[in-house]
Amino acid sequence: MEQLTILLIVIPLMCAPITALIPSEKITWALTLIVSLISLAISFYILYEVIDGKHVIYELGGWRPPWGIEYKIDSLNAFVAVIVSGISALACLFAYRSVPSEIDKKTIPLFYAAFQLCLLGLLGISLTGDIFNLFVFLEISSLATYALISMGKHRKALTAAFSYLILGTIGATFFLIGVGFLFAASGSLNTADIASRFSSFEDMQLVETALIFMVMGIALKAAIFPLHSWLPNAYGQAPSAVSVFLSATATKVSIYVLLRILFDLYPVEYWVDMLLPQIMLSLGCAAVIYGSYRAWQQVEMKRLLAFSSVAQIGYMVIGLSMLNELGLIASIIHLFNHAVIKATLFIGAGILLYRANTTQLKSLRGLGKDMPWTFAAIALAGLSLIGVPGTVGFVTKWYLLEAAVEKGLWIVVATIVVGSVLAIAYVWKIVENLYFRSKRKIHIHDVSSGDDGVAKAPKTMTMALWIGAIMCIIFGLNTELSFQAASSAATALLER
Amino acid sequence: MANDLILRVITKWLSPIIILFALYVQFHGDYSPGGGFQAGVIFSSAILLYALTYGLDAALQLIPEMALRIGASLGVLIYGGVGVASMILGGNFLNYSVLASTPIAGQHIGIIVIELGVGLTVASVMVLLFFTFARRVAPE
Repeated sequence: MEQLTILLIVIPLMCAPITALIPSEKITWALTLIVSLISLAISFYILYEVIDGKHVIYELGGWRPPWGIEYKIDSLNAFVAVIVSGISALACLFAYRSVPSEIDKKTIPLFYAAFQLCLLGLLGISLTGDIFNLFVFLEISSLATYALISMGKHRKALTAAFSYLILGTIGATFFLIGVGFLFAASGSLNTADIASRFSSFEDMQLVETALIFMVMGIALKAAIFPLHSWLPNAYGQAPSAVSVFLSATATKVSIYVLLRILFDLYPVEYWVDMLLPQIMLSLGCAAVIYGSYRAWQQVEMKRLLAFSSVAQIGYMVIGLSMLNELGLIASIIHLFNHAVIKATLFIGAGILLYRANTTQLKSLRGLGKDMPWTFAAIALAGLSLIGVPGTVGFVTKWYLLEAAVEKGLWIVVATIVVGSVLAIAYVWKIVENLYFRSKRKIHIHDVSSGDDGVAKAPKTMTMALWIGAIMCIIFGLNTELSFQAASSAATALLER
Repeated sequence: MANDLILRVITKWLSPIIILFALYVQFHGDYSPGGGFQAGVIFSSAILLYALTYGLDAALQLIPEMALRIGASLGVLIYGGVGVASMILGGNFLNYSVLASTPIAGQHIGIIVIELGVGLTVASVMVLLFFTFARRVAPE
């Protein structure tokens, strides 16, 4: 059982270098899919073991915890690992046809190797109980991400990847400085050890500085407003499969790290005195309004979805800064719900890109009538994004509203309502262009057929899209699994 | 720079010494400051010096790019392989103590093999980085 936990790290670590050397695109794809599926199976198994509040502890290299690296897995860890590996499998299924159409044949094995490394890093972040080890995995996933984004179809992908590289490195550096300060104050890197001895060094100024550095660094990585500027370009320019994977996992994992720092590493009373909850609450509200508004302004589908991600991250921040159990549950469930919704929508955008060779909304006009099933799935995911009852988005918003009412925070209630209205506006923009506008004109490029569109979406893509869309409904109606995992995680976070 | 006699001769004499020093740092890594990363960088500097004096083509003849790619991947595999080996022998991941009959011998073997993997990857990647950027400029 314990050995299974480390396999989540070891399997991608061993497979990635092998993948990089195999010259065949099919075999590398199959390897990546197998790695993702095995990770998914293992994380599900671990989640079922720990969902009722137990822990799985793994001592890396056989060294005892305060000195060695310890993986201490509770339901929050396992839940995030399930999200990451599940979305990775979905993105991989979608990638089968999407990647060859967007990436040079020679670099495909390297693409999949980087994909696996990114998966490795994100899984590592979600499992480790050692803050320096967490930084190392953060860097592994980020470096892989920069490479993945830069492989985008247009040359703009290079500048997007470069600006993300600069900002991501600043974020990681801030986090490392914070870790260094905390290590200087506490003499330990183990989360549980620092937390248990916290009162012995809490008077030091260094501890407060460390918290600010770490929160700033992670906020940049999580694209919390106003540190989100890298996100729209990065997600908009990345290859479709990468947009699917990253939009659904990278920022969520960063939010998870934020939860760990604020609730596990530091006692809640410590940072409540620093006005941090109020600051984060207002930033979260601003993110919801600003992100939704900017999404509404966009004329390109992937950028629209990216800005909507900024807004959705705002909801998670609001949830965790309300400091009650319902808010935390909403925040943690939304990690999962938003991952499913955004992955589905980006898969939809990827299919449109594959078929029409563009994601400019005005060139996509009327395409929904050509592909009613794809359009239906996109509309379903769009409804979840708005938060229509019966979909996953509703679950989150319901808990969030309940939490806000419990605390008497009417400004949050107002924000959620305004955010939802704006969400209707930007989802409608997609629906209107795809379905209710007259058909697009045929483009004549230097292609012999005259139209550079592709007649039919490949089966694997449609399958990935519908798996996502159906998950939006299933987990909206049957919230047992996600709610149980989130509530046991929230209780564990608030207990100490 | 290929025509400068002094540079050519010095490079010829210096390269083996740099490589020897890299190996010293590599294998002394578990007793004294040093280890795989530093050794890898020193090792690659010998290749870089060779490439700077004799030109990129000569360096590519010395080490083809494919070998570097394999080296980079192989290093990671060696690293992970030690961890997997210790798991198969009944310990935790990267627990070197189970690799030999006594824990101390096991720790020695483990760290030396690990550092070898690190050194191999770092050296390969450093040279690969240099080649990638150097190739962008058309040779004169």
